[in-house]
Amino acid sequence: MDRNQSRRQVAAMKQSLFDQGLLDEQFIQLEELQDDANPNFVEEIVTLHYRDSSRLISSIEQALKERNPLDFNKLDTLMHQFKGSSSSIGAKKVKAECNLFREYCRVGNAEGCMRSFQQLKKEYAALRKKLEAYFQLARQAGPQETACRSK
Amino acid sequence: MNLSNGKGSMSTVTTTAVMKSGDAVSDQFPAGLRVLVVDDDPTCLMILEKMLRTCLYEVTKCNRAESALSLLRENKNGFDIVISDVHMPDMNGFKLLEHIGLEMDLPVIMMSADECKSVVMKGVTHGACDYLIKPVRIEALKNIWQHVVRKKKNEWKDAEQSGSAEEGDRQPKASDEADYSSSANEGSWRNSKKRRDEEEEAEDRDDTSTLKKPRVVWSVELHQQFVAAVDQLGIDKAVPKKILELMNVPGLTRENVASHLQKYRLYLRRLSGVSQHQNNLNNSFLGSQEATFGTISSINGIDLQTLAVTGQLPAQSLATLQAAGLGRSTAKTGVPMPLMDQRNLFSFENPRVRFGEGQQQHLSSSKPMNLLLGIPTNMEPKQLANLHQSTQSIAGLNMRVNASATQGNPLMMQMPQSQPRGQMLSEKTGPRVPRLPSSLGQPTVSNGISNGFLGRNGIAGNNRGTAYNPVPPNSSLLSFPMNQSSEVSVNNSLPLGSSPGISSITTKGSFQEEVTSGIKASGGFPSYDIFNELHHQKSHDWEITNPGLTYGASHHANPLQGNIDVSPSVLVHQGFSSTQQTGQTRDATLIGKAMFSLGEGSEQDNLQNAVQHLHPLLVDNSIRVKAERIPDASSQTNLFPDHYVQEDLMSALLKQQEGMGPAESEFEFDAYSLDNIPV
Repeated sequence: MDRNQSRRQVAAMKQSLFDQGLLDEQFIQLEELQDDANPNFVEEIVTLHYRDSSRLISSIEQALKERNPLDFNKLDTLMHQFKGSSSSIGAKKVKAECNLFREYCRVGNAEGCMRSFQQLKKEYAALRKKLEAYFQLARQAGPQETACRSK
Repeated sequence: MNLSNGKGSMSTVTTTAVMKSGDAVSDQFPAGLRVLVVDDDPTCLMILEKMLRTCLYEVTKCNRAESALSLLRENKNGFDIVISDVHMPDMNGFKLLEHIGLEMDLPVIMMSADECKSVVMKGVTHGACDYLIKPVRIEALKNIWQHVVRKKKNEWKDAEQSGSAEEGDRQPKASDEADYSSSANEGSWRNSKKRRDEEEEAEDRDDTSTLKKPRVVWSVELHQQFVAAVDQLGIDKAVPKKILELMNVPGLTRENVASHLQKYRLYLRRLSGVSQHQNNLNNSFLGSQEATFGTISSINGIDLQTLAVTGQLPAQSLATLQAAGLGRSTAKTGVPMPLMDQRNLFSFENPRVRFGEGQQQHLSSSKPMNLLLGIPTNMEPKQLANLHQSTQSIAGLNMRVNASATQGNPLMMQMPQSQPRGQMLSEKTGPRVPRLPSSLGQPTVSNGISNGFLGRNGIAGNNRGTAYNPVPPNSSLLSFPMNQSSEVSVNNSLPLGSSPGISSITTKGSFQEEVTSGIKASGGFPSYDIFNELHHQKSHDWEITNPGLTYGASHHANPLQGNIDVSPSVLVHQGFSSTQQTGQTRDATLIGKAMFSLGEGSEQDNLQNAVQHLHPLLVDNSIRVKAERIPDASSQTNLFPDHYVQEDLMSALLKQQEGMGPAESEFEFDAYSLDNIPV
């Protein structure tokens, strides 16, 4: 029962992440890759992503500080990398924010870039927290849970 | 199946030996496919690895392009397919793609989060067999084996076409294998085929003496030899066996040549198919080339040789050479672009010299065709130098690209080129342009050609200039020549198809000027509708074609024609090889080739067709060069070279055309007094 309850909780949590538009189909793809050989595959990938992307976030932040003038090309390149990484774990909202940022870069809107980046960081941090909670619950619930497709 | 029968034992042995997945490999194809994944993003890399393993492929990960290349080089036959990201910090994915295509001839799939059409197009033009948008889904990866099979089939088909008996014998077996593999074991088929090839190779060629079919690294020199051989034979008649004989490289197998030939053809075709965008680039490039040409011609001789000997001359050396070359050329036009020249020289020389010293000489002597080079010779040194420069740069570009061995070169070329180009354009164009016309007048056909060439380039340049952001300065410059010349009656000089070449070119003297202006007008060439068209769209192609013509013309009036006979590709080559000034011609050829690649777009006229012929060969190379360059930061520079080349080629071609007469209707110049041209 506890187990089932846990599993239901995990499923519900995952579902809410999808409902909120925080995750997309790619996350499910990752889950489907998970198997007995790699029972924690999704968590490993997400952890790896956050480790790697924090470096990118810092780089972008640094680049945004060098304001006169803003190097839009460099920002765009960095953001492109960040976008690729985020989309590979299915971070839907973060990815959308990346696109917005790149658009601002394209037109050379520094203010827009700054604003967009702030928003992006918020989304990024929010999703990170939620996923951490999710994986924790999933680990407690048992391996089967994560392998199930919630949607 | 035959396969089983024929190589039953072999296949089994091969299978088990090669297929690590186990004895049931044959039934498990595409399981066991050996994939190399290259991506700087560790997250993506891990995901891809997991997906590929789920597809039962054998995966090797790599997060840097350089290490991927060394891995591939160390294990020549260790991988079946490569998947690479486009945006990587140490090397552009497209450049990697080109290297792999040239050196290892493996199918390469590009991927990127960027789904912008232009990037996808770039993948296509660079020869990627597929393009995946990130995030990649496993379904997309499940079918990548088809690219491996397709490539193998094509290679076999190529080998077949070469027409040797051995190949014929092999073909049936290969087909069997192919059938067998397609139905089941790709892996075993592949293995058995390889084995068979190896065995056959061993039997057929004592010099190969390897059971394994080693991966041939198509260095710049080797590629030069290859291109020279193809030129000699004519792209249509170039069969691997004959090419192999002409190249006379020990250890090289017919299959190596066959697959390289196929790639080369695709490359040229790709070049011709390149959009105007590229053409534009080429055009502008050509314009700048003018300046280079001058230098090249002068350098031809020894300098080039020297350059060649040294292999990749450092830009400095090149510059020196170029300057020297320019200096030599009587006109000393003014140094159009020492920098550029350098590059050009470098590119030209190196590839050429390296390869085929012998061939070069042979070519140069026998074929006056050095499209670009040829012309310059006749033309005043200045002009030639200009042409050469451009051609050289172009050629160099090609060489570099193709060779892939000279990895550094492309960059070098690119960089310097753009710069010099700019310089040239700005500085030189002014003086250059006038020079050209004048010089053109003097030299025989070559002049005309160059004029035409220039003219075209000029126009092209203009067009392109705008098209290419990176080369804005150039573009302006390019058009420069155009402005200068009065209404360049490109028409005059460019009877693309017409005129036996050089002789007509001579008359072009005035034409040149017109050409330049004409080019601008683009509408100006009545006779050269093609030209115009080419100019705009496929100026590259045309240019390439032309250069070839021009070159030939430069050497001998006939040669031009002869060049024309040869398929455009040949012409280009010949033009190059025939360089009167050995070195120069070679470069010209290269340039021509480059141009062709650039000019991929020309479909329009016969020229285009002809050019296409040439282009496929050149295109591949050129395109590569260009393609690489464009995306790179340095690519901007590249653009220039292309432009230069194209323009030069164009003019060269134009000139030839005039000489050739109605040849333009088809690029196939064959109709024209090709006989004269010692092909």
